[in-house]
Amino acid sequence: MDNLGLKMPESPKPANSRSLNRRELLKLSPLLVVGAFAIPKVRDPLLREGVGFTDWASARWFRRNHLAPTFADSEVTPLEKFYVNTYDVDDPVVDLEKWTLTVSGDVKLPGEYTLAQIQSLPKLKQNTRHVCVEGWDAIGRFGGTRISDFLQYVGAKPEAKFLYVECADDYYESLDMASALHPQSLLCYEMYDRPLTREHGAPLRLRVPTKIGYKQAKYLTSLRVTDVVPRPGYWEDQGYPAYYGL
Amino acid sequence: MTASNSTPVPNAAVEAGESTLRTAYEHPWAVRFCHWLNTVSLFVMAASGLQIFRAFPSFGPKIPQHNLLNVPKSLALGGWLGGALQWHMTFAWIYVATGVFYLAYQIFSCNYRQPLFVRKDLAGVWPMIRHYFFFGRKPAQIEVYNPLQKMAYTSAILLGLLSVLTGIVLYNPVQFSFLASLLGGFHWARLWHFCVLCALLLFVLGHLIMVVLHGWNNFISMLTGWKRNPEYLP
Repeated sequence: MDNLGLKMPESPKPANSRSLNRRELLKLSPLLVVGAFAIPKVRDPLLREGVGFTDWASARWFRRNHLAPTFADSEVTPLEKFYVNTYDVDDPVVDLEKWTLTVSGDVKLPGEYTLAQIQSLPKLKQNTRHVCVEGWDAIGRFGGTRISDFLQYVGAKPEAKFLYVECADDYYESLDMASALHPQSLLCYEMYDRPLTREHGAPLRLRVPTKIGYKQAKYLTSLRVTDVVPRPGYWEDQGYPAYYGL
Repeated sequence: MTASNSTPVPNAAVEAGESTLRTAYEHPWAVRFCHWLNTVSLFVMAASGLQIFRAFPSFGPKIPQHNLLNVPKSLALGGWLGGALQWHMTFAWIYVATGVFYLAYQIFSCNYRQPLFVRKDLAGVWPMIRHYFFFGRKPAQIEVYNPLQKMAYTSAILLGLLSVLTGIVLYNPVQFSFLASLLGGFHWARLWHFCVLCALLLFVLGHLIMVVLHGWNNFISMLTGWKRNPEYLP
């Protein structure tokens, strides 16, 4: 510290000694660990851990019966202003007449379920906020069957860990069971009191107000109850967090 | 001779010359450690935050979307939204842990008196502003930090706290719906989060200007803890 134009006197006082200054500086050396983030080979696993820890924390403070805020009809975003996000195509041309939901995995009654069967279960309508990972949001009016009711209907194993869904546009998603069983989580077949439009995921989509937008899979074709998901989800495989609760 | 860093020392004219060379231990290790770790975290949080903002650079509705400002890619970290989220969600923990450790240290060591702006500092703020911006006479320095400095550091710590609170609401607006409504809802929380960033960047800018103006001796004290010939020592 003394080659900087400052003349350090040789002093018996430790406060003035170079070795003390050097020692004090060395005490900061643990900070160099942060440099690991500059090395790509180390950085990527570290960032994965960071996201994993965030997901873990988010799952910890998820409360099963804490409801997402609901809104008055006057606060709802008009349908034409509800942005449509798709990763591939707006309309994967689902044949709505022949559509069924393939249910498999840890369920007593696997098989093909028609929309009429799903609609025979109690209907829930709610105005909730859809939050996109990009930062925008919209309040929509959604109607459908509680996922928990449907899982009971098909005899799903209650202690299974995940739902895994696949979609007509090759999208896929996973949902942890606690979020799936949340009282506001829907197999949604209505928006704005009308059957789902094609770009919003006709005939059936997920609507989980405690989850981020990319987990609200559209154009569902299959649903599996499982302890192990083959892949966490399309966007998760690109690097987004797997849990992302709201 | 570890000059106490918080108790006011009676001011005395500083005699130039090596015969009066004195040093004071201004910054304990914990404070220096947190300062530099937070320098990294704040940079990462700001740059990755700007990349996240680039995904939707507006505070209004999605339809119609009115972009507020175009953040250049060169200021952003993470390459794309997903990459930026990974940085943001990882360093958020380091940022919070640093803040918790810093506050705990300051409180338990009673060193908080050094930067904390209190009522008695109020009177000294205007003379300091007059000195810095309007060629006023330099007020006597009787503590490690002058009243304006204390105000800036206390504000920065509060901003840090606010950045975390608004960030939590943006990440989990449902679980923290109470906090969200306290901030005026999800939209306001997003705007607050951005305003806090702007305020923190302003603080950093002012801080850097002051560091340059006050020279090497002052800068080095944040590395070693020791400051040569501080003005407040007799």
